[in-house]
Amino acid sequence: MSAARQRRWLGPAMVAPAVVYMAALVALPVLMALFYSVSDARVGSDLIHFAGLRNFSGALATPAFRTALRNSLLFTLLSQILVIAGATCLALALKEAFRGRGLVRLLILLPWVAPISLGAIGWKWLLDSLYSVVNWMLSYAHLVDPVNPPMWLGEPKLAMLSVVLVHTWRTLPFATVILLAGLTSIPRDIPEAAAVDGAGFWRTHFSITLPMIRPIVLVAFLFGVVFTFTDMTTVYILTRGGPADATQVLPSLAFFTGILGGDLAGGAAISLFLFPLLLVGAVLLLRIARRAEVT
Amino acid sequence: MAGRGARTAHRLVVAVFAIVLSFPFYWMALTSFKRTSDLYELKNNPLLFNESPTLSHWKLLFTGTLFPRWLGNTLAVGLAVVAITLVLAMPAAYALARLTGKWGERAGIGMFLMYLVPPTLLFIPLSRVVALLGLQDTLWALIVVYPTFTVPFATWLLMGFFKSIPKDLEDAAMVDGLTRFQAFVRVVVPISFSGLVTVSIFAFTLVLQEFVYALTFISSASSQTVGVGVPIYLVRGDVYYWGELMAACLFASLPVAIVYNLFLDRLIQGFTVGAVR
Repeated sequence: MSAARQRRWLGPAMVAPAVVYMAALVALPVLMALFYSVSDARVGSDLIHFAGLRNFSGALATPAFRTALRNSLLFTLLSQILVIAGATCLALALKEAFRGRGLVRLLILLPWVAPISLGAIGWKWLLDSLYSVVNWMLSYAHLVDPVNPPMWLGEPKLAMLSVVLVHTWRTLPFATVILLAGLTSIPRDIPEAAAVDGAGFWRTHFSITLPMIRPIVLVAFLFGVVFTFTDMTTVYILTRGGPADATQVLPSLAFFTGILGGDLAGGAAISLFLFPLLLVGAVLLLRIARRAEVT
Repeated sequence: MAGRGARTAHRLVVAVFAIVLSFPFYWMALTSFKRTSDLYELKNNPLLFNESPTLSHWKLLFTGTLFPRWLGNTLAVGLAVVAITLVLAMPAAYALARLTGKWGERAGIGMFLMYLVPPTLLFIPLSRVVALLGLQDTLWALIVVYPTFTVPFATWLLMGFFKSIPKDLEDAAMVDGLTRFQAFVRVVVPISFSGLVTVSIFAFTLVLQEFVYALTFISSASSQTVGVGVPIYLVRGDVYYWGELMAACLFASLPVAIVYNLFLDRLIQGFTVGAVR
């Protein structure tokens, strides 16, 4: 067989197993989710009827869904804005080599590398209603009332804040790693030249370094948004969506409806509300990647 | 150059972040060695050992709970998933890096898009697929489903590693009479060994971190993985055994964090090479 012919069929043949697997277990289930969302499918009943857009309009009409939608947007945007702000500071500070950098990096990576459910259960103990060490430290510093300490996971607004902050804690290392990779890729001499020309510390960072890493900041932000908008683990472990749906997000509501409640159709409809934002994120990420390729 | 003031500011920022980010793990360690009576005495300073430390939580965790079983389950699923991932992703990544032109690029983008489809969108249809295959409540459900997120990840990373290998090596092997596929198996794969190790380690950590699928597909305590077993089944009734819980969290987190940290530079390198070609 000629090398050219071999080349023509070998490529597709080597890609095929992965593509077939992904088509069967990702593409097909996406289509199944679309199908369920316009049906009346339930666990344990084999008869499935077409239900039109009833599941979507039904979801939109329930207060629980509207709360979850609002919480999801708040949870995602607030935590990821905090992450980008914190990660930028941290990445700029970590850029220079110093003694003990390896150990510091390990400590900083821990929240991201530890299984998410285990980090979250650690926080459940840190924020315990009776033995919270966070409250102990705050009352030691006279910042909270020791007799009547805040119930971090028990009051609606505080619970939402806790969930956002724990998720910020967990995703900050990931954004820091991405930004650090971006920072090391910009030529060192440009900020240095700016400093020689008399630009101060702030000027160098804000007028030179940050604009240069703007695309990578956007990549870190978009990845964080896509990851956070679709995450249910932080909420599920810390509050199970409570108290009274105060921290319910779309993915956890889909889980409670579709898996625990057995309402496949309703659950699928709720989870499909994740799709528009995912699509925007994916398109923006691809566009950034393409622009990076051209230049 | 940014003077001494800036350097002090940098160190301060790093120190504050390092302390805040790692404090929960310090607290886990402290809790796991404290006596229960010490943990639940409100008058005590919780940051100190007010009574002598104890190993009883650790002993109970390893002898009186399903924790060792969950570790074994996680290890078995992780190894199987890594094997499947390498078998599917190695040839695909090589073909996308070397053999296919325009449509290969599109397939790569398609792979990336599939990576963005989250478990929380797939878990409802996949729970039906798992039930139809008769795999519910078995580790096989996880072994079948987990490659959906490890394969795209591994393919992208391996594409980067393969692109960094000089083409002359395969050309020379083919001049010596090997076919292209033989050149891939005998020349490219062995030379990419460190890349394959990196991919395997990160695929394994993805398995260890997974929560949603295990929660959805597995319903009996003894078939759980660490990620779900510890936070859901180590809690008896409504009672949290914090000593055992924190020991389990620490034991499952620390080793993997150390290994991850060691291989992180190679991971970043792989992705950057893949991006710039």
